[in-house]
Amino acid sequence: MIWLTWRQFRAQTVAAAGLLALLAIAFAVTGPQLAHLYDTTVATCHAQHDCQNAINAFQSRDSFLQSLVRLLMLAAPALIGIFWGAPLIAHELEAGTQRLAWVQSVTRFRWLAVKLGLAGLASMAAAGLLSLMVTWWSGPFDRIGAGRMDPSIFSERGIVPVGYAAFAFALGVTAGLLIRRTVPAMAATLAVFAAVVSGFAGKVRFHLIPPLHLTSPLNMSWVTQTGIGGPAGPNSLLVNITPNVPGAWIGSSSVTTAAGSTSLGPPPSGCGENSTYRACTAAIGRLHLRQVLVYQPGSRFWALQWYETAIYLALALALAGFCVWWVRRRVS
Amino acid sequence: MTAVLKAQGLGRRYRRRWALSDCTLDIPAGQVVGLVGPNGAGKTTLLHLAVGLLQPTAGTIEVLGDRPAASPAQLARVGFVAQDAPTYSGLTVADHLRLGAHLNPGWDAATASDRIERLGLDPRQRAGKLSGGQRAQLALTLALAKKPELLLLDEPVASLDPLARREFLQGLMEAVVDQGLSVVLSSHLVADLERVCDYLIVLVASRVQIAGEVEHLRATHHLLTGPRRDPARLPEDQHVISASHTDRQTTLTVRTEAPIHDPAWVVSPVGLEDLVLAYMSRTAADARRPELEVQR
Repeated sequence: MIWLTWRQFRAQTVAAAGLLALLAIAFAVTGPQLAHLYDTTVATCHAQHDCQNAINAFQSRDSFLQSLVRLLMLAAPALIGIFWGAPLIAHELEAGTQRLAWVQSVTRFRWLAVKLGLAGLASMAAAGLLSLMVTWWSGPFDRIGAGRMDPSIFSERGIVPVGYAAFAFALGVTAGLLIRRTVPAMAATLAVFAAVVSGFAGKVRFHLIPPLHLTSPLNMSWVTQTGIGGPAGPNSLLVNITPNVPGAWIGSSSVTTAAGSTSLGPPPSGCGENSTYRACTAAIGRLHLRQVLVYQPGSRFWALQWYETAIYLALALALAGFCVWWVRRRVS
Repeated sequence: MTAVLKAQGLGRRYRRRWALSDCTLDIPAGQVVGLVGPNGAGKTTLLHLAVGLLQPTAGTIEVLGDRPAASPAQLARVGFVAQDAPTYSGLTVADHLRLGAHLNPGWDAATASDRIERLGLDPRQRAGKLSGGQRAQLALTLALAKKPELLLLDEPVASLDPLARREFLQGLMEAVVDQGLSVVLSSHLVADLERVCDYLIVLVASRVQIAGEVEHLRATHHLLTGPRRDPARLPEDQHVISASHTDRQTTLTVRTEAPIHDPAWVVSPVGLEDLVLAYMSRTAADARRPELEVQR
């Protein structure tokens, strides 16, 4: 059974290995240069008081490879689900070859278990290897700003891609088994996978560990917008901030009065129609406003990664279990 | 007579439709059995139940004394070639033989490669590029080389041209003689099976209409032609299978163990094809009432 699985899966495996090898070469060539550039420009920019320029220059390095990596990490798990998962059984059912495979001296359970096991492990290994290389290569970029805690970066680093790949693969197999046709199963896999992953990233991930709440005096350097028309009414003061906590994922931020109310009252006298921006911010500074941050600190990166990966692996296992049950009981 | 296949009240439902219902059947060992019936009679469903590709909705089925596909050992004892002889179109002929060798503990590599060589198949050829006849031969080779005790073939020759049909059946018969196995092959055309079968089962609307050795069937069925009369007035031991009347003449197909002495009838033998057609064309109401099995 192992031989047959390998024989049927050979072309895909070789293609994936080739792609990974190409990427490894590109990373091996550019990676050390990137690390060196980071060490000599961004890491030392504070001494030269020119960080924004250094960061901008650094971030525009290898921009083609950067966008390729983004695209690849975004697409890889979905591609695994579509091209490895969905056809695994759907293609057999479509061509009727299960009527050949299931009458050999191998039980259907073993047939499916070996296929699921080998192709599933290959999926996870491919995604893991890809993520390992990308995480290493992107390391210097990820030390800037929110870095790897940024929601879109988080799902492309560390071990979560392994969980995504396992889930996408199992989802593809399940869709193929239920729909019994390869192309519709591929479409269904993509739709469900995209919905689950984006829903999870948007709604669930931030609350995997209860986020931290931090209340502190308003940091005027984070204020990005002031004006009239705050939450309390058309004539109330509006202050918006963009917090800059290195390496942290900010869920939400708000500005309150010293008493904790989000209605900041009427604008101070320094913020009239004819006052300057500088006078207005100075007047706001005298109000003793407070800021409330809800965030996940960067130190929780690996904890969040493990939780998310575990959840996706559990989903994949549940789907695989369903496939086994369905193949033994229902399908013919 | 030991049975290779025993079905008791066997039924299979797809959603609301019964593809096979209340089928009771005994297939004897050591014979080449033809399973004949019109399209939709439940032949494919019956064979799929027999190899465990389907689970019964009702009743029981036993193949070689065990539940189909119950274990690897049970799977190894039964060979099956599904309708249209499915093969992996991306794999070569040699790959298929390796597949068979890896998946079957009783695999006979010599038989397999001999057959492939005799058939003139190129081992490096992809199965997808083979003709229908070659594909059927490849599938048969896979089924034979696992050394089964029972070989089930679902419409093996339906999609083949007459020459490929003859070659396929010839190859099958040689293997049957060599390996001494029991064979069940289904078809909706009795002409396909006439030359190779020594036992015949006619299945119409899930019911066994008649089952028996071909020689015995031939000996006990007669075509009677004579002046018009009511078939109900025939002797007790003469069962009317089909009747047609003109104004003055009556033609009957009857089954009887005893010789026919009535001088009013012109008695002639019934060809196997006409015999089967007579059973197939009985009205639906008749078909629900199964005939007794003719046994020796």
